[in-house]
Amino acid sequence: MNNYETVFILTPVLSDVQMKEAVEKFKGILTAEGATIVNEENWGLKKLAYPIQKKSTGFYAFLEFEAKPETIEKLEVNFRRDERVLRFLTFRQDKYAHLYAQKRRGVKSSTKEEVKEN
Amino acid sequence: MAQQSEIRYLTPPSVDNKKKKYCRFKKNGIKYIDYKDPEFLKKFLNEQGKILPRRITGTSLKFQRRIAQAVKRARHLALLPYVTDLMK
Repeated sequence: MNNYETVFILTPVLSDVQMKEAVEKFKGILTAEGATIVNEENWGLKKLAYPIQKKSTGFYAFLEFEAKPETIEKLEVNFRRDERVLRFLTFRQDKYAHLYAQKRRGVKSSTKEEVKEN
Repeated sequence: MAQQSEIRYLTPPSVDNKKKKYCRFKKNGIKYIDYKDPEFLKKFLNEQGKILPRRITGTSLKFQRRIAQAVKRARHLALLPYVTDLMK
């Protein structure tokens, strides 16, 4: 099992519900392959630095997961087949990236708790 | 050698006040460069969005490679432009 992270950009034409459904679909693919999802983030609608498929904005979604190497192939095939996905990037976290990701998660979860307390 | 010392400059060359460059990643103990933070990566780009050479930023070779990797990932995800003008 390796640690991976993936970012994908969905088309801005989707509604919020459709976007969540698309993210759930990819999460479903991962869990069906026996991967465990460590972290999930939704960066929301962001402006692209350059147009992709004539679109200047996109929904960014970010996933961190632990999976077998074979899983990635299947995930990427699904990314390519899905018309809603403008771009994707998946890579294996090396030890520094993994440590950084853990730290980042730690900071984020603590800030969330603070918000709840307030 | 004797001839070299006879070279005269109109303005004396400023050798002493040169600041030594250093690698900011080594100095601050940063191990991983995040591609998700385009504002940070912009420090290593010129205004056309090109990656600055090591001789200007002073980054060590190891971290220059990691910057390049991070910048390329950010470009792929449209967090940074491939080509642009007047980015800063």
